[in-house]
Amino acid sequence: MSEPLLAVRQVDKRFGGTHASRTVSFDLYPGEVLALAGDNGAGKSTLIKMISGVYTPDSGDVFYQGKNITGRNPQDVRDLGIETIYQDLALADNLDVGVNLFLGREKMKKVLGFLPVLDRKLMREEAKKALKNLGIIVNDLDIPVRYLSGGQRQAIAISRAVYWNAKVLIMDEPTAALGVPEQREVKELIHRLKAQGVGIIFISHNLVDIFDVSDRILVLERGRVAGERLISETNDDEVVKLMMGAA
Amino acid sequence: MAVNAPQATRSNEILKFLTKAWSWLFLILVLLFFELWSRFDGNTRVNTFIFNIASVQSVLLYATQYLMMALGLTIVIISAGIDLSVGFTSGLASVTAAVIIKNLTGTLPDYLSFGLAVIGGILMAMLFGYFNGLMVAKLKVPSFIGTLGTSGVARGVAFLIAGGSTVAIKNTVAREFGNGDLLGLPIPVVIAAMLTLVFHYLLSSTKFGLYVYAMGGNFNSAVRAGVNTTRLTISLYVLSAFTAAIFGLFYMGRFSGGKPDAGDPVLLNAVAAVFIGGASLTGGSGTVMGTVIGALILAIIQFGLVFIQLPPFWQFIAVGLVIILAVLIDQFRDRLIRGGGSGEGR
Ligand SMILES: Nc1ncnc2c1ncn2[C@@H]1O[C@H](COP(=O)(O)OP(=O)(O)O)[C@@H](O)[C@H]1O
Ligand SMILES: [Mg+2]
Repeated sequence: MSEPLLAVRQVDKRFGGTHASRTVSFDLYPGEVLALAGDNGAGKSTLIKMISGVYTPDSGDVFYQGKNITGRNPQDVRDLGIETIYQDLALADNLDVGVNLFLGREKMKKVLGFLPVLDRKLMREEAKKALKNLGIIVNDLDIPVRYLSGGQRQAIAISRAVYWNAKVLIMDEPTAALGVPEQREVKELIHRLKAQGVGIIFISHNLVDIFDVSDRILVLERGRVAGERLISETNDDEVVKLMMGAA
Repeated sequence: MAVNAPQATRSNEILKFLTKAWSWLFLILVLLFFELWSRFDGNTRVNTFIFNIASVQSVLLYATQYLMMALGLTIVIISAGIDLSVGFTSGLASVTAAVIIKNLTGTLPDYLSFGLAVIGGILMAMLFGYFNGLMVAKLKVPSFIGTLGTSGVARGVAFLIAGGSTVAIKNTVAREFGNGDLLGLPIPVVIAAMLTLVFHYLLSSTKFGLYVYAMGGNFNSAVRAGVNTTRLTISLYVLSAFTAAIFGLFYMGRFSGGKPDAGDPVLLNAVAAVFIGGASLTGGSGTVMGTVIGALILAIIQFGLVFIQLPPFWQFIAVGLVIILAVLIDQFRDRLIRGGGSGEGR
């Protein structure tokens, strides 16, 4: 295969007496979906936070496109093209879709030739295009996003990430709070992103989802890698055993 | 999706419109009420409320008081905070400015001592605003409690500076500032109108304003957008203290003196104006123009009751009822949009 997009090498992290991550290593390739599985407290969130810059590993390195990015702050990491979508989605619920897509990188225009003002219309139109590119249809672009469904909100958070050219997308339990039809929509969205060459890390408890969308699975158990399998070469039973530390 | 019968949808649309525009309608209603009362009741000195300059000027002056304190409050409340210290930071500003003028009278020309007093009063208030911001942003003190504490401190400092009572001044520029006219309008009204436009622009059209809304709607959304939330929060409380200080200076000009508790009676009306204007306690909503309407409604009620010669205690009852009404409508509006919208909400 080509160069890995992301290469995690021997990352280690302790919180006091808790060894949350024990010399974990893995690669992520373009257009690949890697599932991150493991019981509660296995160290999944800690691991992705060391990638996204929220935590700095005690030892070990994170490489992105061959460059060592260990210890960069979250803003830097995102600007490089690694986007993390946490469960709360970090949407401004009281603002519309356009503004949410552009928050932090707003489009401005000038009125009367000198006064800079937010170009809400342009942002809304761009948002509409970005959503359409991903096959998402949102009718009410000018109402606060809190009035949209859970699936639509998830879709907005995802399209916000890829609009700004994320090459790595990390999703923490993206389908956990959704109904079945919406879960399906999000999974379709993941397929389309994959086709565009985005590398995706997908944390989930749900083995059905994992087997639906992933190419590979990395199972964590009490901070260490319990096993790494191609989805085509494993099954539910084996994954569950790995998660329980029994394989 | 929307499967309502057309008729149900239409009445729903009308309801939605009403909950959005109720403060405008309410404004018109209170105006009409006092107009009709003064036409059909022989007791008022003039038999029209709206069409006489004296009452228009009085209403605008009342509204200006509430508005000066409410402008800064509006942005703080949108950010999901509250600033209860403005009642006494404004009094402190008036006292600080008055003491400066008093000490410089005879040494410096009136316009110079007034200018220094304005700067001194504003800086003193902003110092307290900065402290509020630090507490809320850095020490994570809930703004309700933190600013209540600051309010106490400001009150004490104001009385200490004033030596326990009112600080009277003799300054022609200050008197003109508080009582003069510009283009047929009282100078405070003109200044308040200009500040209102600036605040409206800031909140509705700039990144600063957008981040205030984002922070109030979901703090994490602002963090994620790379907003320096600490600096932003501090600036909001400083701005709040700034507009409160302007209130204090108007007071000093109008009554030729600084008074430690000048702003205290206005605080409740200022907070009420913001909520009548469409803000919500949970943050993320509210507008400057809404607050202007809120301030106007309260001013009309306040002055109108004097105008039709009802006992002044009716003011408290009327204002209290309007606040409750505003909160009820806020809740109702949310339920309506949720019910008729395209999703099940959060
Ligand atoms: N900030 C922290 N401080 C202390 N302990 C933590 C912190 N974050 C995680 N942990 C601990 O590290 C372990 C792994 O947690 P986490 O990465 O959240 O697991 P997962 O996401 O797989 O459920 C747990 O024992 C958890 O209690
Ligand atoms: Mg977790």
